This record gives sequence, structure tokens and C-alpha cells, in this order.
Amino acid sequence: MSQYFNEMFDGASVRPPYSTLEHWAREMSADLRSLKQSEAEALFRRIGITFAVYGEGGDPDRLIPFDMFPRVFSAGEWRKLEAGVKQRARALNAFLADVYGRGEIVKAGRIPAHLVYKNAAYEKAAVGFMPPLGVFSHIVGIDLVRTGPEDFFVLEDNCRTPSGVSYMLENREIMMRMFPHLFQESRIAPVEAYPNLLKRTFASVAPQKCDRDPTIVILTPGHFNSAYYEHSFLADMMGVELVEGQDLFVSGDFCYMRTTEGPKKVDVIYRRLDDDFIDPLCFRPDSMLGVPGLMNVYRSGGVTICSAPGAGVADDKAIYTYVPEMVRFYLGEEPILANVPTWQCAKADDCKYVLENLKDLVVKEVHGSGGYGMLVGPKSTKEEIEIFRHKIEDRPDNYIAQPTLALSTCPTFVEDGVAPRHVDLRPYCLVGKDVELVPGGLTRVALTEGSLVVNSSQGGGVKDTWVMAE
Amino acid sequence: MLSRTASNLYWIARYMERAETSARLLEVGARNALMPNIGGGMRNEWESVLNAHGTLNAFLDKYGDPVQRNVETFLFFDRENPSSIASCISAARENARIVRTALTTQMWDAINTAFQEVREMERTERSALPLSDLVEWTLRVCALVRGTIDATLLRNDGYHFLQLGYFIERADNTARLLDVKYYVLLPQVSMVGSGLDNFQWGTLLRALSAHRAFNWAYGGEITARKIADFLILNRQCPRSIYSCVSGITDHLDAVARGYGKSSAAQTQSRAMLAELAEMRVDHIFDEGMHEFLSRVIGDVNRLGFAVHDTYLSGDIK
Repeated sequence: MSQYFNEMFDGASVRPPYSTLEHWAREMSADLRSLKQSEAEALFRRIGITFAVYGEGGDPDRLIPFDMFPRVFSAGEWRKLEAGVKQRARALNAFLADVYGRGEIVKAGRIPAHLVYKNAAYEKAAVGFMPPLGVFSHIVGIDLVRTGPEDFFVLEDNCRTPSGVSYMLENREIMMRMFPHLFQESRIAPVEAYPNLLKRTFASVAPQKCDRDPTIVILTPGHFNSAYYEHSFLADMMGVELVEGQDLFVSGDFCYMRTTEGPKKVDVIYRRLDDDFIDPLCFRPDSMLGVPGLMNVYRSGGVTICSAPGAGVADDKAIYTYVPEMVRFYLGEEPILANVPTWQCAKADDCKYVLENLKDLVVKEVHGSGGYGMLVGPKSTKEEIEIFRHKIEDRPDNYIAQPTLALSTCPTFVEDGVAPRHVDLRPYCLVGKDVELVPGGLTRVALTEGSLVVNSSQGGGVKDTWVMAE
Repeated sequence: MLSRTASNLYWIARYMERAETSARLLEVGARNALMPNIGGGMRNEWESVLNAHGTLNAFLDKYGDPVQRNVETFLFFDRENPSSIASCISAARENARIVRTALTTQMWDAINTAFQEVREMERTERSALPLSDLVEWTLRVCALVRGTIDATLLRNDGYHFLQLGYFIERADNTARLLDVKYYVLLPQVSMVGSGLDNFQWGTLLRALSAHRAFNWAYGGEITARKIADFLILNRQCPRSIYSCVSGITDHLDAVARGYGKSSAAQTQSRAMLAELAEMRVDHIFDEGMHEFLSRVIGDVNRLGFAVHDTYLSGDIK
């Protein structure tokens, strides 16, 4: 039997949340399955959800593979996850408000000063300004993996602009359209409230200067961006304008958008571009994507930027190790969700251990994302491991390492039936006046047999994620 | 609405209308290719199709002799030709993708499906795609997109910018088609009354999908005056210059009403419409058909710029 926790089976018996699905998958003929699969694909294409993969060239309209077999959580499992995710989101925001303010956690010696203040993601331009309600990261995406019935680990936090939520919503829409009876037979908690909650979150952090219904916009790098579909989808679902940098301008103390009726004041900007590109006067002067002067308006309280510039310091992989410490320090609680043990190559002892055990570890770049530039020791050749050894020796502070986790598996449709494939989970926690989490998230699945890398840029797929209603 | 959004909507319409014009020209060419070889023969006719399309030189540079298969490739598939049907539909879809949020699901569906089908056709063996199918397909998807706009889109400013795109492109296309063929309508052409000019006039009417409509509206003998009247001044013909300018004026008025602010574009189109309303065919022949049409093309162009300056550029005024 496999060493991995299978979310559907407990020995030979089916775990309760999966009971209807086991029957459903068993009864589905191969013909019906391929019919439904192509129906799903056609639906995705028609809706226009496609995903361009950086650096691969090829078809910019490639679809992320959608696996029809849902991933299911019982109400009890979800209760624990929800509490853990919300706790973490509150702690991360408290940390951000602190390190751009008085820096109590550093003074208390709980986090080394250099990791915070010398961090590439620490934004000097954000120091001393407290955004509305003290919230820096309004959407916290927390990547979780499971290794056993009760064992969840946080793989990483995403405090800037976590993407993928459109898949959570569309995967559900498509499953409901294709298999309505599954939803009649089981009581599956809906996720469709997400766009409304998101809009309410943004409205709750409108600047104090705003004395009317706030005007919210989504700022996108443009339609060549790989997540453009998601930007436009969310704008549509919330009923707000999707703008590019060229559509906005600063005049006096406020930011405006160019409309056919003339300038219109903007109060809350949900930006889907990195700090570096927000304002060429403040950050990268060569950025064509941002709005000159925006940071001045932001700091004088004329507009709210979500997430706040500088929020990235909280999801840095070097800071990650200290998140449990943040939970204790700011909330006085014990962390509900555990971290994955992490070795910092910047520390001599850790680095020594990492270099000695490369074949068993996963090594990541501190600032990397999307599954690029990482080494999965047990799945790599000797040459690949040696190349990484040199990289680490060259710049130890650029790498962290973690044990290769025994990621849980979920049944997945494959060429000749159903087989277990490794999955992770990203729920999206909203932080404004309230802290909210819709019951669901994005389940990513490594479609290649044995693979532990679920990133869509590395050939991963997605699943609908169900939370059973109580 | 965002100026950029308005601009994308406007261009969706222009590209879709342009694709339709290209398809109708292809249809005319194909029909002519079935006719007996008269007055220079069909080779000449493919050339005049390209001429009417405004892409003759680009074609000759790339392909040389205008034989049917190459013209088909050029007008339907060639991505290097910005006015080819594949290019227009891709451009319309790209604009639509950018403003996905301003479209209804049905409208996006129609445009996106058309685009996916173009890609499918690009992968299909050409022998399986006879010209008549290509033309019919294009006319059908253009009608489908127009239909979804008509049936599902809110009558807000976005709707009016789309319609402005359609009417401005159509006015321009009608004027250009007429201009390329204007000599056929001149009374002093020696072949008047011969089989050839009847045939040429038929071509012109077909290129504007107005062949049968013309017979219903006028009846009797086909004459140059009737055709000019029909395609320029007739208020019933949906592609006449009068109808197009009238459409432009209506939608500019609607936008101005909605915003509570009149515009320079509105003044220009009203002046144009007033002139056309008073005009008789004799005036056009007196002024000179070519001179008149050049003036119309220039006016429509300026109108397009005025719309751009007032609403689409987003510059602060």
C-alpha cells in the first residue's frame, strides 16, 4: 500500500465525504466520461478561461486541465481549516501593521531585524503610513497540504495578489452544469458569495476622505498578462471597472479614471500588479503599467491600494518560518495550522544539513514562485542535484529547504480510469472590517503519476473543491 | 464608462463590419468567376474585387497573379493582411477579450466561438473548405454577433459606441465600394446599355447585399441614376450613405443625451445628414461622382476622429 494519505479511501472502505462520488465514478462509463470531459473543455474555452504559461511559448490560449473528480472536505475538517486560515491571516496583517509602524516584534527579539528591514520585499515607501483599518493584505491565499487525516501544513502564504480564485468559482459552475444530480444528492456548501464578499471587503477599507459609495476598480497589467481572465472575471462579478495604468491619473490629492464622461474619482484600487510597477515616480521608473504619483495619493489617504504596497514582506519565504511566532505574539493563541519544518540556507548549520541531504529535500528560492527554480530531491537526477548544490553554495541566503512532504492524494480521472494523484489546497481569506472565508478554495492536482509539483505552470491541473454543509 | 472600453467596443464593431465586407466581396468574386469570360474575363474581376477591398497592391506584392485560390487565402486566411477575415475576427476577439466585462455572455460567446472556429479552419484541409462555405460562415457569424448585440446588450453608452463603430465602418465601406466602381455609373461610359455594365452594376449591388432589394425598391430598368440614388440617398437601403450617417447621428445624439453634454462630432454628423437629406442625384452627378465620394470618405473619416477625440481618447478636455 502507498505511503501517501488517500483522501477517499481508509483501507478498503470509503471515507464518508466521498461516499456519493465513489459510486458516481464507478458507474460512469468510459464513453460518458470522455463526453463530459470534452463538454467541460468546450465550456472553459467558450467562457475564455485560458492560462498563458510564462517562458514556454506555445499556445497563449492553453487551458489549465480540469479534472472532474471533486476534492471533498467534511464539515468538521473544514471547521478546523477555516479557524486556522483566519487565524493566520489576522496574524500576518498584524505583523505588517507592526513592521511598518513601531516594529514591536523585532524589538521583542522574536524575529531578526535584518530579515524584516533588509528584506527585498520590505517597502520603505510604506513606512509610517497606516492603511484604513490597519489592513495591508486584504486577500490572503494560504497554500496548504495534507499528509494525514488530521495533518495539515501551510506550505506558503500569499499576501500580495494570490490568483486562481476564478477557477474556484468557474470549476463549481461547470460541475453544477454538468452533474446537477451530484448537487441534489449531496449538500455542498456554495462558494458563489465570494465576489460579493470581496466587494464588501474593499468597500470597508475605503479611505476616510471618501464620503459616498466608494468607487472600486481592479488595476490589471493588461490583457497579455496570464491572469487577465481572472481580472476581468472578478471585475465583472463585482460590477466594477477593470482598468490599466493608462486609464488612471493623479490630479491634486486624488486618483481619477478616464471615462467617456470625463474624469471619475477612484477610491479603492485592487491592484493585480507588483509593488515595483504601481508608480514609476516611486518605484521602477521604466514601468509603463502603473500610475505616476499614485503613492503620494495613497500616503495622503486619497485612495486605498489593495493589497497595500509592502504587503509582500509577510509572505516572503524567509519570514514564513516565523509566522507561528506571529500568531503567538500578536494574538496570544497557539497556531492551529502548522508550518512545514524549514531550513534556512542562510544559517550555516541549516545550510550544512541541506547540502548533506539534498536528495531527500525540496529546495526553493526565497523569492521564487510558480514552481520555478525549485529542486525536488527525490525526483531529481544526480546532475540536477549537483547543479543545485553549486547554486546553494554560491548564494546560500537565496534558498530554503523543506522535507519532501507525503502530499495526500485524491482520486483523479486518468487515461484508463481513476487513480490517486497528489493535491494541495489554496483557500482565499478576505480581510477587511471582517475576516471571511468562503467554504472552498482551489485544489491543484499534479496530473503526472508520482509528481508532487501541482503548479499550473508545471503541468498541474485543477479540481472543484467541495465542503460538505453541516 | 472607461474611454478605453468604449474604444474597444467601437473597434469590435468596425472589425466585424469589415470582415463582413470582405466576405461579400469574396462572394462577388466567386460569382463572377462563374460568368462567361467577357470584358477582360474573371482575372480582371478578382483584381477589381481586391481593388474595392483596398488591398490590391499588397496582394500583388505577395502573391503576384490574382488567381482565385490566392485571393481566397489573402482575403480569408492571411494574418499578414490586416483586413482579412481571419485578422478581423481575431482583432475583434482580442478587443472583446479586453472588455469582456462590458459584453453579455452571449455576445462574447458569439465572438469567441467565431474565433475558435477560425482557428479550427486554419487547421483544416483547404479542399474541405469551399469558398461558398467560407463566405456563408462569415456572414452567419457576423449576423450572429449583431444579433446578440441587438437581443442581449443593455442600451447604455457601450451599445451606442458599438453602433457608432458599425455605422462609421459601413459608411466608409459603401463610399469606397462605390468609388472603386464609380466609372461604371458614369453616363458617358461607352458601354452603357451593353451586357457588361449591367453585369458590373449587378456586381456593385451584390457587393452591398442590395441586389434584390434594389429591384423591390425601384423595379424596371436598371440605370446608373437609380443605383446611385439607391446606394447614396435612399432612406430604406440599410447600407446607403444616408442610412449610415443617419445611424451615426442617432447614436451620437443618444450618447450626448445620456451624458447631458453635446459634442463636436454631433454637430458634424448633423450637418452631413442635413446635406444628404436635401440632396438629389443630379447634384451628385453635377459635382462629379468621384469628387462627391471623396468628400464623403473625408467627412466620415473626420467624424471618426471627432468621436475618438471626444469619447475614446480619454484626454481631459
